[in-house]
Amino acid sequence: MLILSEDIRHRLKGEFKGLPRKVKLVVFTQEFECAHCRENTSLAQEVASLSDKLDIEVYNFALDKEMVERYGVDKIPAIVVEGEKDYGVRFYGVPAGYEFTTLIEAIKGVSAGESGLASKTKETLAGLKEPLHIQVFVTPT
Amino acid sequence: MAVQLAHRMAIESDMVRADMVEASEFPHLVHKYNVFGVPKMVVNEEVEFEGAQPEPLFLAQVMKATMK
Repeated sequence: MLILSEDIRHRLKGEFKGLPRKVKLVVFTQEFECAHCRENTSLAQEVASLSDKLDIEVYNFALDKEMVERYGVDKIPAIVVEGEKDYGVRFYGVPAGYEFTTLIEAIKGVSAGESGLASKTKETLAGLKEPLHIQVFVTPT
Repeated sequence: MAVQLAHRMAIESDMVRADMVEASEFPHLVHKYNVFGVPKMVVNEEVEFEGAQPEPLFLAQVMKATMK
């Protein structure tokens, strides 16, 4: 069963034509005790199927320890949006509603390797000497 | 909006990583971080703030974590 409507699939295919570089969705899932894992994986697979610039890899959170460690994933369902490098962009839980747009924007941003932030923000971030981990809690809308 | 901003910062800087966390799927984290409203931001386990904010204010809040 498809999650995305024909309209949205069509629109996204068009938007993804502009992707300059390949993007990989690295999905972490589990068969049991993860209510939303199946939906999350299906959603990522559907999105990835809409462009040949998009690849997907699916890993088992319980079994694929090496990948879990490499990406520093500590809960599931998880999607890592990786471009030329791992920029540190993560989705924990299904990116539904408004956050589906966020997923699409993350794909475009990672593909371009360009944040689109104001130059003042870029300057400030360039001065960072220690790592920052930002968690943003949201609810489906 | 807030998630996009955080992700953009991660794209911009190798020092930043940014997570969207769907609150309803991770009740233990909602409890741990006292999430009563969304969006709620937690930076380095040290700085917390709430609500949609324009880029300069969001950045200022995030940078507070570097002063701890």
